[in-house]
Amino acid sequence: MLIRNLCNIALASTVLALSGCKGGILDPKGQIGIDEKNLIIIATVLMLLVVVPVIVMTLYFAWKYRDTQNQEIYAPKWAHSNKIEAAVWAVPIVIVIILGVITWESTQELDPYKPIEGKGEHLTVEVVSLNWKWLFIYPEQGIATVNELVFPANVPVEYKITSESTMNSFFIPQLGSQIYSMAGMETKLHLIANEPGTFKGFSANYSGAGFTGMKFNAIATPTQADFDKWVTSVKANANNLTHANYVELAKASENNPVAYYGKVDDGLFHTIVMKYMQAHGDMNKKHHAMGEHGQMSKKHHEMAEHSMPSSHSQGEE
Amino acid sequence: MSFLGNLSLDAIPFHEPILVFTMSVIAIAGLIIAGLITKYKKWGVLWRDWITSVDHKRLGVMYILLALIMLFRGFSDAIMMRAQLALATSGAPGYLPPEHYDQIFTAHGVIMIIFMAMPFMIGLMNIVLPLQIGARDVAFPFLNNLSFWFTASGAILINLSLVFGEFAKTGWVAYPPLSELTFSPGVGVDYYIWALQISGLGTLLTAVNFLVTVFKMRAPGMTLMKMPIFTWACTWANILIAASFPILTAVLAMLTLDRYLDFHFFTNAAGGNAMMYINLFWAWGHPEVYILVLPAFGIFSEIISTFAGKRLFGYKSMVYASGAISILGFIVWLHHFFTMGSSANVNAFFGVMTMVIAVPTGVKLFNWLFTIYRGRLRISVPVLWTLGFMITFTVGGMTGVLLAIPGADYVLHNSLFLIAHFHNTIIGGAVFGYLAGFVFWFPKAMGFKLNEKWGKASFWCWIIGFFVAFMPLYVLGFLGMTRRLNHTNNPDWNIWLYIAAGGAVIIMFGIISQAIQLFVSFRDREALDDTTGDPWNGHTLEWATSSPPQVYNFATIPHVDDIDAWTEAKEKGQAYQTKASYSPIHMPKNTSAGVFMAASLTAFCFAMIWHIWWLAVVGLVGAIAIFIKRCYTNDVDYYIQPDEIARTEAAYNSSGNKELNA
Repeated sequence: MLIRNLCNIALASTVLALSGCKGGILDPKGQIGIDEKNLIIIATVLMLLVVVPVIVMTLYFAWKYRDTQNQEIYAPKWAHSNKIEAAVWAVPIVIVIILGVITWESTQELDPYKPIEGKGEHLTVEVVSLNWKWLFIYPEQGIATVNELVFPANVPVEYKITSESTMNSFFIPQLGSQIYSMAGMETKLHLIANEPGTFKGFSANYSGAGFTGMKFNAIATPTQADFDKWVTSVKANANNLTHANYVELAKASENNPVAYYGKVDDGLFHTIVMKYMQAHGDMNKKHHAMGEHGQMSKKHHEMAEHSMPSSHSQGEE
Repeated sequence: MSFLGNLSLDAIPFHEPILVFTMSVIAIAGLIIAGLITKYKKWGVLWRDWITSVDHKRLGVMYILLALIMLFRGFSDAIMMRAQLALATSGAPGYLPPEHYDQIFTAHGVIMIIFMAMPFMIGLMNIVLPLQIGARDVAFPFLNNLSFWFTASGAILINLSLVFGEFAKTGWVAYPPLSELTFSPGVGVDYYIWALQISGLGTLLTAVNFLVTVFKMRAPGMTLMKMPIFTWACTWANILIAASFPILTAVLAMLTLDRYLDFHFFTNAAGGNAMMYINLFWAWGHPEVYILVLPAFGIFSEIISTFAGKRLFGYKSMVYASGAISILGFIVWLHHFFTMGSSANVNAFFGVMTMVIAVPTGVKLFNWLFTIYRGRLRISVPVLWTLGFMITFTVGGMTGVLLAIPGADYVLHNSLFLIAHFHNTIIGGAVFGYLAGFVFWFPKAMGFKLNEKWGKASFWCWIIGFFVAFMPLYVLGFLGMTRRLNHTNNPDWNIWLYIAAGGAVIIMFGIISQAIQLFVSFRDREALDDTTGDPWNGHTLEWATSSPPQVYNFATIPHVDDIDAWTEAKEKGQAYQTKASYSPIHMPKNTSAGVFMAASLTAFCFAMIWHIWWLAVVGLVGAIAIFIKRCYTNDVDYYIQPDEIARTEAAYNSSGNKELNA
C-alpha cells in the first residue's frame, strides 16, 4: 500500500515537473530540439542503470556492514578479487561503449553545420551579435531586424552567425542547438520550427554589462504566405540599414527595442565579418575598397571561410 | 605620469554601500585580531613559528587557514548572487546592478577554485604527504614556504581589488575579446591576471617540490606500489599541475602582452584569435578539475579503509584508475566549447574521450563500495562526508557524461544545468573530500579531535543545502535559463530560484556549524586531546607519529614492507618503541626570505595593475635581490642532538594510553 502510494506520488510529481518544463529544452517545437531531447532521455536512462545501483549499494553496504552489528562476515585483509575487479571495469566499459556509439552517431546527425534534409530550400538569415542586441539580416529579402526573428514554420533556416565585438551564443532553446558568434568569423547553424509559435531566444554566452538584455522573440509564422506578408510590411519601413547606419547601431546599448529596416546595404554581413581582416589601424580605408571590387571581395570571402573555426569546408571539399 | 600611476582616490568605491560595509567589517576584524595578538604578546610567536616556518605541517595549517578565510569570502559572493537572483525575478532589477554583480560572479569562481579549493588541497597534502612516506620534511623546505606566500599574495591581491578599483567583470574564464582592453578597460582583468600568475607560480613550485619529495624521499622499503593511496593521488595531481599550470602561465602572459603592450594574440583586430585563448585556457582548466578532485579521491580511499577497518579494495586498480584519469584529463578540453563550431568528428572524439573518464571513475566508486563490503564501518563524521560524496558525486558524474554528448551539450551548454553539474562534482567531490580530510587529519595537525556533534550538524546542513541549492539549477537548465544573467523575467523560473536561495542559506548554516565546531573543539581541547597519535586506528605512517608530530616527524625513519605500514607495525608489535639511541637529525632553519620575496612581488603586481612603474621596478628587483641573497646564505640548517630526541620521544611514548589501539 505504502509502495503504491509512493509510486503515485512519484508519478504525479514527474508529471508536474515535466509540465513545469514549458518553454524549455524539454518542450521542443523543432526537429533538432526534439532529437536532442530524446538523446538526453536515452542517455540518462542508460546511465541510471549504473547510477541507481551504486547509490543503493552505497546506502545498503554502509548499513549492512556498520560496526554496531556483528553477524556479518568481517574480512579485514580481503582486498582483492579478480572476478569483482573484472566486473567493476567491465560494467562501466560496456555502458560507455554503448554511449560512445550513440554519441558518435548523434553528433554526426545533429551537427549544427549540417543542412536539414527533406524539408526543402533553406531560408537564410544572417545573425550579428552586437553590444548588446541581435541584428538579423535577411539577404534574400533585403530587410533586417533588431531583436526579432521571424521565419515560417516547417521551413528550415540556415543561420550565418558572426559578432561585431564580443563572443555571444545564438540560442533558441525550444528549437535546439546553439552556436557561438565570434568577431571576424562566420559560424553556422541550421534549425527548423515544426509548428508556429513565439519562442524565446537570447545570448547564452556572457558578453558584458548588457548581456542579460540580449533577448529576442523567434516567431514561426503558420505559413509561408504569412512570412511573405511580414516581409512586405517590413519593406514598407522607411528605415534603411546602410553601412553608416550600422556603425551607429553597433554602438553599445542595452535592452534595445525591436527595430525594422526596410532596406539593407548589399554585403553588409560580409563587411562585418571581414572588418577585422584589414591591416592594423587601417580599417576604414580598406572597407571601401572591398565594396568597390567585387572580385577581391570574393577572394577575401573564401579566406574567411577557411579561417572559420571548423574543418568543415575542407572536409567536404 | 603621476607618482601613483592610475591610482587615485576615485579608485576607492565609497559610493558602493555594500563595499563600504565590507571594508569596515574587514578593517574592524583586522584591528581586533591585531589587538588580541598584541595583548597576548603573540607577534613573535607568529613570526618565528609560523610566518617564517619551513615546517610542512605548519605550512599546511596556514594553507588551510587561508582556504577557510577564502571560503568565507567566496561563499559571501555566492549568497549575494543567489539573493540577487531570488529578488530580481519577474523583471525586477534586484539590488545588484550588472557592474557589481558581474564582478561578484567572476570573483566567486576565481576565489573558490584558485584560493579556496587549491590551498585546501595543498594544505592537506602538506600536512599529510611527507608523514605518509616517512619523510622528515619536503625536498625543498624553503621553496615550500615561498610557494605558500605566493599563493597568499594572490589572495591578497584579489582582496585588494575590493578596496582599490574593481575586479574583472568577465566571468572566471576571462575570455577575450571581452577581457581585452577594448571591452574591459578597467583594472579588473589586470587584478585577475596578476593574482592568478603569482598564485599559479606558487602552485607550480609546490608540485615540483612534492614530486621530488615523493620520488626521492620515501622511507626505505616503500616502493612506488607501496605508497599510501592519498600520496599516489597527490602525485598524479602534482604531475597534472607540472604539466598544465605552465599553459595557464603562458596564456595569461599572452593576454598581459595584449593588454599592456598592444600585442594581438587574442584581439579581434590584426589577426588575433580568441579561440586560441579558449583552447589554451581549458587545456589548463580541464586538468585543473582533476587536480582538485584526485586528492579528494585519495582522502576518501584513506577514510573508507580506515573506518571500515579493512585494507583498501583494489589498490592497484585505484592507482591505475587515477593515472588513467590524469592522462585522459588532458585530451578532453574541447568539451568546454562544443558550440564553437568544430566539425562533428572533432566534437564526437572529445565527447567520447570525456565519457571514457567515467570508466576509471566508476571503478573507483565500486572499489570504495567493496572496501566497505565485509568491513566494520564506523559511521563517524569523515565517513558521513565520504558516503555523502559517493551519492552526490555519482549524480554529478552522470550529468557530466550527459554534457559530454555534443548533441545534448548544444542545448545544455552554458545553462544552469552546467552550473549545477560542476558544483555537483566540485562541492560533492572535491570540497566534501577536503572537509572529510579536515576532520580526519585535524587531530594529527592540531593534537585534538573535532567535536563530533557539530561536525555531524555541519555535514547534514551541507548535504541537504547542496541538494536544495543545486537540484533546482538542473531544472532551470532544462527550462532554458542561461548562466550569468543579472535578472530574469520568466514566471516559470521564480519558484526554483527561490528554492535555490533557500539551499544557499542551509549551506550557510553548515559553514556556521563548522565555525562553531572549531570554537567548541578548541574550548574542549583537553577532553578531545589525542594522546595516542592514532585516534582512528589508522593504516599509514602519519599515525605513527605523535599528534601534532615532532618537528622532525620521525625519530628514526621507519622501514616499510606493506601499503598499510602502520597497521603492520601494530600487528607485529613494533609500534611505539623507544630506541636506546638516536642519530642526530638534520633539519632546515626557518627563513624570512619567502615572505619578503612574496611581499616584494605583490608590490610588483600591484604596481603593474595600477601602472606605477617605479614601484614595479622596485618590487621586481627587490624580489630578485632577496632571492640572490638567499642563494648565498649558508646558515640554512641545524642538527637536533640525540639526547634531545631521546627526551622528546620518551615523554611522548609514556604519555597516553598506547595499548588502546595497538
